[in-house]
Amino acid sequence: MRPPSPSIPEKEFTYEALKHSLRLDGRDQLELRTPTITFGPDLGWVECSFGRTRVIAQVEAKMVKPPPERPFEGMITIHSEISPMASVDYELGRPSEEEVTITRMLDKVLKRSDAVDKESLCILAGQRVWHLRLTVHFLADGGNMLDCACLAGMVAFKHFRRPEVEVIGDEVIVHSPDERAPLPLAIHHTPFCITFAFFPDPATRPVVDPSLLEQRLSAGLLSIALNAQREICVLQKAGGVPTAPDELLRLLTVAVNLARDLDKLVEARLREDWAGRKVEVR
Amino acid sequence: MSSIVLPGEYVPAQHVNLKLGPGLLQLTTPHASAAGLGSQPVVSIRAGALNHSANKSRWWVEGNSRRYVPAPQESVIGTVTGRSGEGWRVDIGSAHPASLDGLAFEGATKRNKPNLKVGSLLYARVSLAHKDMEPELECFDAQTHKAEGFGELKDGFVTQCSLQMSRLLLDSKHFLLPLLGSRFPLEAAVGMNGRIWVSTKEMKQTIAVVRCIEAVDPYGGGMDEAGVKKLLCRLES
Repeated sequence: MRPPSPSIPEKEFTYEALKHSLRLDGRDQLELRTPTITFGPDLGWVECSFGRTRVIAQVEAKMVKPPPERPFEGMITIHSEISPMASVDYELGRPSEEEVTITRMLDKVLKRSDAVDKESLCILAGQRVWHLRLTVHFLADGGNMLDCACLAGMVAFKHFRRPEVEVIGDEVIVHSPDERAPLPLAIHHTPFCITFAFFPDPATRPVVDPSLLEQRLSAGLLSIALNAQREICVLQKAGGVPTAPDELLRLLTVAVNLARDLDKLVEARLREDWAGRKVEVR
Repeated sequence: MSSIVLPGEYVPAQHVNLKLGPGLLQLTTPHASAAGLGSQPVVSIRAGALNHSANKSRWWVEGNSRRYVPAPQESVIGTVTGRSGEGWRVDIGSAHPASLDGLAFEGATKRNKPNLKVGSLLYARVSLAHKDMEPELECFDAQTHKAEGFGELKDGFVTQCSLQMSRLLLDSKHFLLPLLGSRFPLEAAVGMNGRIWVSTKEMKQTIAVVRCIEAVDPYGGGMDEAGVKKLLCRLES
């Protein structure tokens, strides 16, 4: 079932309010909902929420034989499926357009941007590599699930620790976490995804991090994935709203600042969690 | 005193003149596990707090959910999603779309029917809610043929909340709507399906109402009266 489009009064009110630079949740046009990041008991289990939007990401690792064409690289797979748990608008087994977009963007942002070093996942060339599996669960849809999923996935990779392995000749010894401290993944950079929504009326300025209603009423979305070092990984513009180059550059500057804030928040939360996990041994 | 029940639990509801409210079901052919609970035991079909009236004749389960299940005589807010024959199909947030007859309006005749577009907002009453049939709506009182406040809602804004919040707002003793009404004039229609329509003069006031409802909603924040007053002061500045 396609989600019913918002009613006429909702549409008119939202457009009119946005024209006056008012948003329904009291945010500024270029203000994110403050993300909350919660870590689970396991390493690599992260729950991330933007207002009503909630996403869980989980990383698991296992050892596999690499494919013959890439004997020195580990493997990363991302599983994401929007279940009817997120909202009644989604059905199992029949991916909606939004789901396809989210899956492809997650693949681009988390995998193809080379955020996680794949060569460091190699244990024994051509014989054994780590296979990382990221599962993304969408729990509730309050708009902008893409940014939330990207953030959750990235934080899960940063939070994850794999067991230490030792190679003696052709033997691979896996040390249990009780024996030797697990190792973090080698992460080159941390891309964050930031989405802007454009509206049919050209006088209305675009808004960042659209809520569900804003997303439904938007004429187009612009998703920028970039890291705090001002490196753009992905830029995707869906919908056919004409945008001036100056406007795009202005939004990019905004996105850079937001990515820096997000980076600070993520680092602070990871440090906090890590400090809470230390067990002193005497 | 109320107790918590889960779906499938037997409820000790027995009275000569038993009236069952939402969330309860009387079994006509009880399962073997219901031995000793009478010939037609009552089972809960919803999770929540079990309540009963003082003389134990009325029983109901009070819980919170976000999915609306239509029940007859409840007033709801729906969006017109299309035409079907003589009437309209209306989305009221239930599992199936409701149907609204073209003649179920005050003063409507075969020639003179209200002009509703796709996307129009309606305040209507559920006239038929059978588990095997699509729910049916009406926009008038079937006895008097008067509108009684039902009909198309123009302008304003609709916000969604949990079903418990909409029931709270219908309670005349609840603080929120009188508190907001003392600050500025407002018009509101509360649908039992978790949709609330508000209309005020100023756009900012409507946004304030929407944010207050969201903050007070037990599913979201569960803010109390003092908190709402503070929030309003902050919004006004």
